[in-house]
Amino acid sequence: MAFIRFAERPTFRNPWAEFERIRQGLDELSRSYTEKGKAQSRANVYPALNIYEETDRLLITAELPGVKTSDLELSIEGDTLTIQGKRDRRPTEAGASYHRREIESGSFSRAIALPIKVDTEHVGARLTNGILTITLMKASAVTPRQIKVTAE
Amino acid sequence: MTEQELKIQEKKTAQPVDESTKSETYFAPHVDIFETDREVTVIADMPGVTVEGIDLALEENILTLQGHRAPQQHAGRIVLEEYENGHYLRRFTVAETIDQEKIEASLADGVLTVRLPKAAPAQPRKIEVKLG
Repeated sequence: MAFIRFAERPTFRNPWAEFERIRQGLDELSRSYTEKGKAQSRANVYPALNIYEETDRLLITAELPGVKTSDLELSIEGDTLTIQGKRDRRPTEAGASYHRREIESGSFSRAIALPIKVDTEHVGARLTNGILTITLMKASAVTPRQIKVTAE
Repeated sequence: MTEQELKIQEKKTAQPVDESTKSETYFAPHVDIFETDREVTVIADMPGVTVEGIDLALEENILTLQGHRAPQQHAGRIVLEEYENGHYLRRFTVAETIDQEKIEASLADGVLTVRLPKAAPAQPRKIEVKLG
């Protein structure tokens, strides 16, 4: 009878070890996909928007180069914010020949459903250097209220 | 409606010549370039760039347009992110001889306009031959 010393025994093979390894690999793969997906959620309607949520407000930004304040119209109705406007085509100079024409002109209109309730009375909008920033204050019902703790 | 509707134009990234130590994103701005008999005009969309952030250079017939944006700070949580913020960079080879001294640039509503006046063609100089 052959004796196998305890330490020399083949290590117990976990039948699930291989599955575990595959699962980890898949987790990693899906993580890298979701991160990429989060970075750029493609917009279909002009303008592309970024929305940030701060404790008491909602910030919406958009890149609107060449759009004048007078050509921009914002309206808010309930939970829907509408951004409308136009970008005029530059008047072409007489005798000018174009080498490149990548800048487009035209009108745009986008309506978005706001993710949270906002106070429609306090809406601020600013257009500086072609960047539109809309500040929407959250409705008081959804603004977190600080609760003071007092010692007795 | 006769007016065309604006569509989202994809932002293309641009590569600076020198590799930078900071990993910053550069986008190639969309441009219009046109020429008249007097000047070449370049119009570039650079939303978010201030006058201080603009860097223009014309060296050896290469026009470089650069626009740097101040880093944005948003304390909040990102709810939606459909576009990326970045600097702007684009280079062109200018075939014409440009009068470097008279280059003008202006920035309005996030749109940069650069006017490059053509240099007056060199006047042919008549060489007089004197009788010796």
